[in-house]
Amino acid sequence: MTPRVTLAVAVRVLTQLRRDHRTLAMLLVLPCLLQALLWWIFQDTPLVFDRIGPALLAIFPFFVMFLVTSITTLRERSGGTLERLFTMPMGRLDFLCGYALAFGAVAAVQAALAAGVAIGLLDLDLRGPDVLLVVVGVADAVLGTALGLFVSAFARTEFQAVQFLPAVVVPQILLCGLIVPRDRLPEVLETVANVLPLTWAVDAMEHLATSTRTGEVWRDVGIVVAFALAALALGAATLRRRTD
Amino acid sequence: MMNSVVVIEGLRVVRGGRPVLDGLDVVVGAGVTGLLGPSGCGKSTLLRSIVGVQRVAAGTVSVLGKPAGSAPLRDRVGYQTQSASTYDDLTVLENLRFFARVLGLPPAAAEESLAAVDLTGHRDAVAGRLSGGQRSRVGLAVALLGTPALLVLDEPTVGLDPVLRRDLWALFHRIADAGTAVLVSSHVMDEAERCDALLLMREGRIIAHGTPAEIKGSQGADDIESAFLAIVEGVAGGDAV
Ligand SMILES: Nc1ncnc2c1ncn2[C@@H]1O[C@H](COP(=O)(O)OP(=O)(O)OP(=O)(O)O)[C@@H](O)[C@H]1O
Ligand SMILES: [Mg+2]
Repeated sequence: MTPRVTLAVAVRVLTQLRRDHRTLAMLLVLPCLLQALLWWIFQDTPLVFDRIGPALLAIFPFFVMFLVTSITTLRERSGGTLERLFTMPMGRLDFLCGYALAFGAVAAVQAALAAGVAIGLLDLDLRGPDVLLVVVGVADAVLGTALGLFVSAFARTEFQAVQFLPAVVVPQILLCGLIVPRDRLPEVLETVANVLPLTWAVDAMEHLATSTRTGEVWRDVGIVVAFALAALALGAATLRRRTD
Repeated sequence: MMNSVVVIEGLRVVRGGRPVLDGLDVVVGAGVTGLLGPSGCGKSTLLRSIVGVQRVAAGTVSVLGKPAGSAPLRDRVGYQTQSASTYDDLTVLENLRFFARVLGLPPAAAEESLAAVDLTGHRDAVAGRLSGGQRSRVGLAVALLGTPALLVLDEPTVGLDPVLRRDLWALFHRIADAGTAVLVSSHVMDEAERCDALLLMREGRIIAHGTPAEIKGSQGADDIESAFLAIVEGVAGGDAV
């Protein structure tokens, strides 16, 4: 791995994003709008918003980064740029970490905006420190990026890449405790939920909302980061310099 | 062999369950070498093997005395894939700057490369809004970055107008005169005369190798296309070439 190359990849991904206003809006503005929509839906039942709001702050960055990353990396594979880069002094980790770095930076902005809207405008009731909301948001987004990088190896077209959304992301959303609290799930499903990464991201947000203690939050962030690193390692294993 | 830049022995490549190259041997030297053959004969597969991005079933490919695709070669071999292989949403200059940074070159290298392919006037245009020919020249400019020892170009002149094609071939010769070995593929036989050496390829095999004059002479043909046909008919009739 060469820092010069990793950084070059990250800067290039950010330059591409800056050109693409619609994607940028989806990354930064859409999570805030959805949050506001939800607040409106539960206007007469604010207690529900306080329960679901934090979970959504965990889900949006994960969802959006997964989608954007899996499609952009697939475009690199099918457009020939990845093949060209592999004839140059670029390591596989330079490529993966460059992406993770770029989307991690976007995620920091996204998390700050979403948290600002939720706490400042929508009166989301949070016990823990606000900054941790951003930390958890960035960890979630890096997790989404890492998983997106990994699954893009198994798609041949952008159409197939989008299909991973219902296959990989939606089950995690259903099981993460958003719909039914985890301890009230059937036993088998609870076990499954406990080994899915998004569960721990949502868990971190819920601790932040309900408790001033930060120990559990940091433990959850640690678990999410470990999942992200594992996904990056798997991504590195599936990213091949030589292809068929 | 003194100036053999690429040496391939017994190369076998299987794609989609079918052998595309089987036991291919070839040596490429200095100057401009043309790799000519009909669509689907395996030109891109061979070039991908030389730059080290093709999975190979058997055989050896060495470039400048090192295994193809190995780390010491990665800033010494320039490669243009058959598609432009640039980022459509970046400007021409941003594309060049990015690849220059990956290669560890100063930003000025980007502008030199653009000047070489006559695209300085379009440096701030977004690559996706260029014409097909202009875009493929951006890809060529990327391959030229850093004065590589070997330049591998997969059909760089497809779809270009005659004036531009002539200019590009002149550029390839200037690059070769400066010491870079240039390997160019094409499926257009009339580009053959512009090469110092030719590799004629068909169905995954090199059916002739030599200067254009030698190949025409050996078949008593007036042009490479007729020579190609004569060789193919000879092969079909059972004569080895
Ligand atoms: N990704 C792939 N998967 C499976 N088979 C492939 C793949 N790419 C090419 N092939 C097969 O390999 C053979 C050689 O293809 P190749 O691209 O090397 O031909 P080519 O000579 O470059 O053709 P063209 O002039 O059209 O570019 C073809 O028969 C093709 O069907
Ligand atoms: Mg080809």
